[in-house]
Amino acid sequence: MKTQYYLDYNATTPVDPRVVERMIPFFSERFHNPSSFYHQAGEVMEELDAARVELARLAGANADELFFCGNGTESDNLAIFGTMLQDKKGHLITSAIEHAAVLNSCRQLQKDGYDLTILPVDGHGFVDPDDLRKAMRKDTRLVSIMWANNEIGSIQPVAELARIAHEHGALFHSDAVQAMGKIPVDVQSADVDFLSLSAHKMYGPKGLGLLFKRRGLHLRPLVFGGGHEKGLRPGTENTAAIVGAGEAARLVSTHMREETERVRLWRDDLQTRIEEKIPDILINGDREPRLPNTLNISIRHIEGESILALLETHGLALSSGSACSSKSLDPSHVLLALGRSHEDAHGSLRISLGRFTRREDLDHLMTHLPSTAERLRMISPFWQNRES
Amino acid sequence: MLYSKKVMEQFQKTEDYGRIENADGIGKVGNARCGDVMWIYLKIDNGIITDAKYETFGCVAAIATSSMAMKMIKGRRVEEALEVSNKAVTEALDGLPPEKMHCSVLAEEGIKAAIEDYLNKRST
Ligand code: FES
Repeated sequence: MKTQYYLDYNATTPVDPRVVERMIPFFSERFHNPSSFYHQAGEVMEELDAARVELARLAGANADELFFCGNGTESDNLAIFGTMLQDKKGHLITSAIEHAAVLNSCRQLQKDGYDLTILPVDGHGFVDPDDLRKAMRKDTRLVSIMWANNEIGSIQPVAELARIAHEHGALFHSDAVQAMGKIPVDVQSADVDFLSLSAHKMYGPKGLGLLFKRRGLHLRPLVFGGGHEKGLRPGTENTAAIVGAGEAARLVSTHMREETERVRLWRDDLQTRIEEKIPDILINGDREPRLPNTLNISIRHIEGESILALLETHGLALSSGSACSSKSLDPSHVLLALGRSHEDAHGSLRISLGRFTRREDLDHLMTHLPSTAERLRMISPFWQNRES
Repeated sequence: MLYSKKVMEQFQKTEDYGRIENADGIGKVGNARCGDVMWIYLKIDNGIITDAKYETFGCVAAIATSSMAMKMIKGRRVEEALEVSNKAVTEALDGLPPEKMHCSVLAEEGIKAAIEDYLNKRST
C-alpha cells in the first residue's frame, strides 16, 4: 500500500494503539454483559465505571453526569430533542455554523411546530453574544452553540453565551465533539448544562458518543428499553468502545498540552508557507481563538474536489467544503455563513493536524499543493481570464 | 469518490485545456446544480473542427468529460460534433458515478453553444 499522508484529523482520528490494546480483551475473554450476575460481568461494569470517571475528569464533570450513547450525533439529538420534547411548543436558538447533527435536529423541531432562531456569525466564524441576547425570548428553552467549529476551527465564547442563556431562564447545550482533545473543555467553568462528545475524534473508537447532563436536569429519552444509563439511553453497553474511550481520555489528559503546542507551531508555519507559495488565497476562520490544529483556505478560481483528487494521487488525504465534493451538491454552509461566495467555498481546503502528524506530512503537502493549484488554475476560465 | 480508471487518467493527463486566440466559436456554459463553469473554444476550417480547447472550473468529472469531449470532436465535421452527446462522452470514460452525471451535460452543452456561436458569427 502507498503511504498515506493523513491531514484530516477533524474527520476522524486513528485509534491510538494504546487504546486498541486496552479494547481487545473486551472482544474475547472479557465479553460479558455488564448487567449479568456473575463476577466477570461485575468486573466489566467496574471497567465501565472507571472509564466514566476518566472521561468525566477530562470534561470537568462528575461521573454520574456522563452518559454513553452511539455517537456524537445521537448525543446532540438527545440534548436537543430531550429538552424540547418535554413541552409541545417553545423556542430554541442555535448558530448558522453548527454541525448538521445540531442544525438538522433544530430544523426538524421547527417543522414540528417549535420556533427556531439561527444566529449568524461574523466573517471570522464567531457568534456575537449581543445577537444571542437580542434573540432570547420568554419561551426560549434551549440554546445550542458549538464549542469549536469542525471546518474552520473558530472557538465560541461558550461561557458568556451560557451565561446569557441562563440569565433568560434557558438551558445551554454545546457540541464539543471537535473541541475535546484539542483544547481544554471544562463544563464547570463554562457552566454549560449539556455537552456532546465523540470518542473517535480523540483517538478513541468510532461508535461511542457521550452526553454530559448537569445533575438535577431532566431529559426525555429518545429510545426506550432497559435501565441502562439510568434509562436515559438504554441498550447493552458498547463495552470495548467505552473502555477504549476511557483510555483515550487518559491519554488526552497526559499529552494534550505538549501535542497542542507542537501542532499549533506546525499549523502556523504551514499557513505562512502556503501564503508565500500560492497567490490569491483566502484563510477561512483566520482569527484567534481557533483550534490549534485546523487550517482552512480557499484557493480562489479552482474547485475543491479536483484539488483533493490531485493531492490524493500523491497519497495526501484532506477535506474540502466544495459543492462538488458534498453529497448534497451544496457548498459548505459554514463558509457561506462567513460571507464567502459560492466560488470561494468551491475552492476550499481543510487541513487538520493531530497526534501522529509528522513534519514530512506537511513537507509532502508543500511539495504538491502549489503545483496542484497551479495546474488547476491553468485549466480554470477564471484564472486565465481574471482581471489583474 | 470512486471514479473509473479512465476518468482519473483523463483528469490527470488532460491536455486540451486553455484558450484559443481568435476562436471561431466560443461556448460559455454553467451548471446550475453546483455552480461549475465551462468555456469551450473552437477553431473551425471549412466546416471541420481543427482545434478545440476547454477551460473548466469544476470537479474531476467536469474536467475529465470536457477533456474527453475535446478529443472526440477534434477533426470532426461541425454536424458530427453536434451529435456528440454526454452519454457518448461518459461511455468513452467507462461511466461516471450517478451523482456526477450532471457534470457531463456541461460538455455537451458547451460544444453546442460554441457551434451556435460559430454559426451566428458566420451568418452576420
Ligand atoms: S462540476 Fe460540480 S459536481 Fe461535477
